[in-house]
Amino acid sequence: MRHDISILIIGLLVVLTTASIVAAILSARAPKPLSSTLVNLTQRINAWWVMVALMTVAFFFGRYGMTILFALISFASLREFVTLTHTSRSDHWVLLGMFGIIIPFQYWLVWTAWYGLFVIFIPVYCFLLMPAITALHGDTERFLERIAAQQWAVMISVYCVSHVPALLTLDVPGFEGRNLLLIAFLIIVVQGSDVLQYIFGKLFGKHRFSPTVSPSKTWEGLIGGVVSASLLGALLSFVTPFSPLQAACVAFVACSMGFLGGLVASAIKRDQGVKDWGHLIEGHGGMMDRTDSLVFAAPIFFHIVRYFWTV
Amino acid sequence: MSKLALKTFTLLQTVTSVGLSALAWVVTGVRPIWNGSLPSDRQRIYFANHTSHGDFILLSACLSEKERAITHAVAAGEYWGRSRLRRFIAQDMLSSVLINRQWTKPEENPVEIMLSVLDQGHSLILFPEGTRNMTEEPLLPFRSGLYNLTMARPEVELIPCWIENMSRVLPKGQFLPVPLLCRVVFGAPVTVAPGEERRAFLDRAHATLLALNPRPERDD
Repeated sequence: MRHDISILIIGLLVVLTTASIVAAILSARAPKPLSSTLVNLTQRINAWWVMVALMTVAFFFGRYGMTILFALISFASLREFVTLTHTSRSDHWVLLGMFGIIIPFQYWLVWTAWYGLFVIFIPVYCFLLMPAITALHGDTERFLERIAAQQWAVMISVYCVSHVPALLTLDVPGFEGRNLLLIAFLIIVVQGSDVLQYIFGKLFGKHRFSPTVSPSKTWEGLIGGVVSASLLGALLSFVTPFSPLQAACVAFVACSMGFLGGLVASAIKRDQGVKDWGHLIEGHGGMMDRTDSLVFAAPIFFHIVRYFWTV
Repeated sequence: MSKLALKTFTLLQTVTSVGLSALAWVVTGVRPIWNGSLPSDRQRIYFANHTSHGDFILLSACLSEKERAITHAVAAGEYWGRSRLRRFIAQDMLSSVLINRQWTKPEENPVEIMLSVLDQGHSLILFPEGTRNMTEEPLLPFRSGLYNLTMARPEVELIPCWIENMSRVLPKGQFLPVPLLCRVVFGAPVTVAPGEERRAFLDRAHATLLALNPRPERDD
């Protein structure tokens, strides 16, 4: 395990250092003042340094670190989501419950590995109780819109995100005690796919994928990013229970879901008339701007591993 | 007060101020948007919309530690002065200036009290609507205090500040905050034009503040 982690960390450091050097050379050569793309690139790389550092720290605290880190990510994402959508004064208690009860309880279920309740707590119980509480308040103005936004907020920001630390609860034969590496694999591949889509899109992007939803997503970025991230997945198969071919396929599914997650997040932002979810991460926007792809990929990845690799 | 007691007291005030700002950040991720003015340690009256008890904490969390130490929120005396505990929280811990909206005695004149704070070189946070806004209107009409203050001390800058989302974080009558993202937009200073009447000035200041709302269509 030590060996695997060292290789991953050294690999990330090499990639980030290279990125920083390239950005520095580009900035030194470019005419001043720097273009906004170049400023944004440097900001993004710096933010990546911070994010990788945080992930590494959480990694070394193992199960505690991962569960707490992702609970905090859920908190930040949910805060951005609810801020963006319409709520009314009478939603106060439902909103408090989302932050004060649903997040802690869902992560407690992750912690205790109570799979049976973990998968249905939010999509069954919360989905029934939340609108019931709203109805009891008697405020029916834009009722369906309000409850739909609240349900989607907990679905995306809490339910889906919690599937990442839930990977630690799976029993994969022959892979005991190494589940943290599943999380590392998922995050590196999905976030790597985002970065590669950005690079391929900037270099070769011509044909817009869906101009009405997101002007920055192109076919060239999508294909180049997802294919190269799948190859990256195959290269990383040594840290997983997968064979290289299996790893490539799993990575392909995860990255495709990640792309769709980004698309859905863009559609929501467009609908609400904003460009970014928030302002938490310099150069990236908010937490959701960074986790939208992970959010969609995590449950699918979790279930693939659970159905095909556990007993 | 003995020297030690005074030191302890000042320390307690600093801890409260830093603690509340940190709390405001953790809960709301509050971020200042300087849109027409910049952070400065010159003497100012920050005037803002008022929907929640948390408003002035949010606003002062956007100021530097140094500015915060000399900036006092103006609060309702008949509410915050009602018990010893409330008075301790408002005056001693949050260093607010208490004024009585239904004043009768000359020494209770709110404008005189606020002027005496300004004369110590300190800054004020003022909510010119006079009360927390519970209506559907985004901003209630302004009371005259702002005009009287600026006529008496024209050298003090009037900075409009739009506080976003606090009505959703902590609606009136609730005591637990919902952690939603907040921003405070600081606008360009407002001054009285030569020969401008009281009502005209107040309406213009009102409109200036309202225009700072970054997402007017979502004010719900």
